[in-house]
Amino acid sequence: MTLTIQRPSASARETVPLKKPQIAAVAIEKAYRKGQMQVPVLHGVDISVSKGEFVSIVGQSGSGKSTLMHLLGLLDTPDVGEVLLDGQRIDDLPARTRDELRNRVFGFVFQFYHLLPELNLVENVLAPLMIRHSVWGYWARRREFQDRAKEIINTVGLGHRLSHRPSELSGGEMQRAAIARSLVARPQILLADEPTGNLDNSTGREILDLLHRLNEQEQLTVLMVTHDQAVAAQAHHIVRLSEGRIERVAHAA
Amino acid sequence: MYKLLLCTRYLRTRYIALASIVSVMLGVATMIVVNSVMAGFGTEMRDRIKGILSDIVVETHSLDGVNDLDAHQALIQKAAGQYIDGMAATVEIYGMLSFQYAGQWITRPVTLIGIDPESKSKVGPLVDYLQSYHSVMDNAGVKQPAERSKDIMPSWELTEASAAYRKEWSERQRWFQEQLRQQETRPHANGDQPANEDPFGQANADFPAVQAEATTPGQLLPGRLYMGMGLVSFHHKNEETGVMETEMMARPGDDVKISTITAGRPPEPAHFNATIVDVFKSGMSEYDSSLVFCNLEYLQKVRGMVDPASGSRAFTSIQIKLKDYHDADEVVERLRAVFPAGMYSIRTWEQKQGPLLAAVEVESAILNVLLFLIIAVAGFGILAIFFMIVVEKTRDIGILKSLGASRQGVMSIFLSYGLSLGMVGSGVGTMAGLLFVYYINEIEGLITWVTGHKVFDERIYYFPSIPTHVDPFMVMWVSVGAMLIAVLASILPARRAASLQPVRALRYE
Repeated sequence: MTLTIQRPSASARETVPLKKPQIAAVAIEKAYRKGQMQVPVLHGVDISVSKGEFVSIVGQSGSGKSTLMHLLGLLDTPDVGEVLLDGQRIDDLPARTRDELRNRVFGFVFQFYHLLPELNLVENVLAPLMIRHSVWGYWARRREFQDRAKEIINTVGLGHRLSHRPSELSGGEMQRAAIARSLVARPQILLADEPTGNLDNSTGREILDLLHRLNEQEQLTVLMVTHDQAVAAQAHHIVRLSEGRIERVAHAA
Repeated sequence: MYKLLLCTRYLRTRYIALASIVSVMLGVATMIVVNSVMAGFGTEMRDRIKGILSDIVVETHSLDGVNDLDAHQALIQKAAGQYIDGMAATVEIYGMLSFQYAGQWITRPVTLIGIDPESKSKVGPLVDYLQSYHSVMDNAGVKQPAERSKDIMPSWELTEASAAYRKEWSERQRWFQEQLRQQETRPHANGDQPANEDPFGQANADFPAVQAEATTPGQLLPGRLYMGMGLVSFHHKNEETGVMETEMMARPGDDVKISTITAGRPPEPAHFNATIVDVFKSGMSEYDSSLVFCNLEYLQKVRGMVDPASGSRAFTSIQIKLKDYHDADEVVERLRAVFPAGMYSIRTWEQKQGPLLAAVEVESAILNVLLFLIIAVAGFGILAIFFMIVVEKTRDIGILKSLGASRQGVMSIFLSYGLSLGMVGSGVGTMAGLLFVYYINEIEGLITWVTGHKVFDERIYYFPSIPTHVDPFMVMWVSVGAMLIAVLASILPARRAASLQPVRALRYE
């Protein structure tokens, strides 16, 4: 993790990147329009994350942490500034390419799981692969994909619930299914927006453990938005956002 | 792949969409039923309008007719002989028909057509309409089998049953007249007054018809007629059984009076008595209630159309049957080149009945437009329901986009959803429509039974059952059109779904 802003700590001069950043945001500004009013959310945020890092973004509601994550994951476009993936600007790419990147590079986990209610667990997990491949391409490799999906579902511990609908799953199960879905496409970066926000403590811990395991075993870059200090503390680094600016970056224990 | 999967899932889980399917279905079914029935009526109508007409008619403008049939026929043969299958000369004139029924004289305006049955049946379907060739049906089934088989040429002779009937009443009448004469002569026996009055002049109301000129009982008059069914019958409801019955006012074997005009200048009234030989029912009430066919030679004689010097007979029209009706326009062209337009009018039967046929066509076109509007309304139903579904699915669309689904992908989910709704709707609608058409008479019977009100009244149409004709192209167009409308209606909601920003779709919970 490197920062281009001034660090409050004594080692302020460590601005030289230690590693090449995998994903970075440069001087990002974003405002939402509410009727006639421009509501600024981010005022010039810089952040960069290297491969294999686990970073949590904390801040109060409305501090812009979700927006930052959405901008990094190409779910939204910044008003000003750039998003870089492996040093290349990606936020101004054509829509098709950005769709492709979302599908191949990023994995998303949301607070409210966001599973598709019409599909059962396996189908939900397979959704990114279905989106990536054409009907024939998918059909030809469906066995392989099914196996991959089942393997991942087993990793998240839902092997006994393959054909259940989301409405038949508990919150923790749904979040684990969502994580399985985000992993099936073999992403490089996992973006998790309050993954434990809707879960009780023990379930939340399980989810966090799962994310840590993935981070350690697969060298998966994880960016996690949370407002829970205890959760945030488990990351390698903690970025604190306040009113659309990065307030502080701390190295976690 | 996800598009297909989601599309089928939505199809199976969104029951609200069934509402739009039902409206598409009903629209398609209605269109198929109405079109089939209209087409059925149309073809039936065409058959009936054509009915007694032949393919092409060469008519003189004057009702007095022209002489020299052979020369005319030779001319026609020369002009377009290779297309022509048969020809028949006729005389057409207006007249009044009167006959006695239930003690009163009934008078009807008629068109008299002098024909030769053999040549007439070569240029058009005559046998098919004569009642003696048909079995008599009533509600219970066949009441009386056909008196003549179809391979017997139509003639001016009575069937056995009618001849027996005629013999019976004419004998009775003779006996009655005998009595009458005796009554009259007895008072005159004193020699006061000779019986110089024509005893036939005082027709008694009890007699079924006009006084017979015949002397032998059962002998036919020289004038012979095929009478339109509608002229000599009426419908009434049997009070006891509640069944509609047809009551004949005059039957084959009866005599009637015909008044018409001669062909001379000035035209003079001409009266003659004639025997009804048969009754025809073409199903076209216009024809059945106005046409009377008469034996050509007698009509020509009565109207003074026989040249006393040469014995050549005048005629007013020549009916032509073609080998192939597709050549009709060509033949008409050729004949028009030969015959002067000032004297003859040469038309196909379609041109002769142009307004009526055009009316049927216009009617069916308007109906089609109206019915297609119904499906269009169903399309708006789809539009509304789809908008609802898009709003409901906003979050899912956001999810799909966050997983990398493209604009086009999301759009095609809803487009194919619309298409499959249209396909299901029009498929089921087509099936329902075809079934309805197939069982339409049973359904009519059921409705009649339930409501107690006759839906399809054969008195109006003269059809024993509702005629239908399913045109495969019509069915195809209707179902394809319905699918198209369903897809068109889903374009707007699909575009809206596609243009949703993933973040905006996901943000609100």
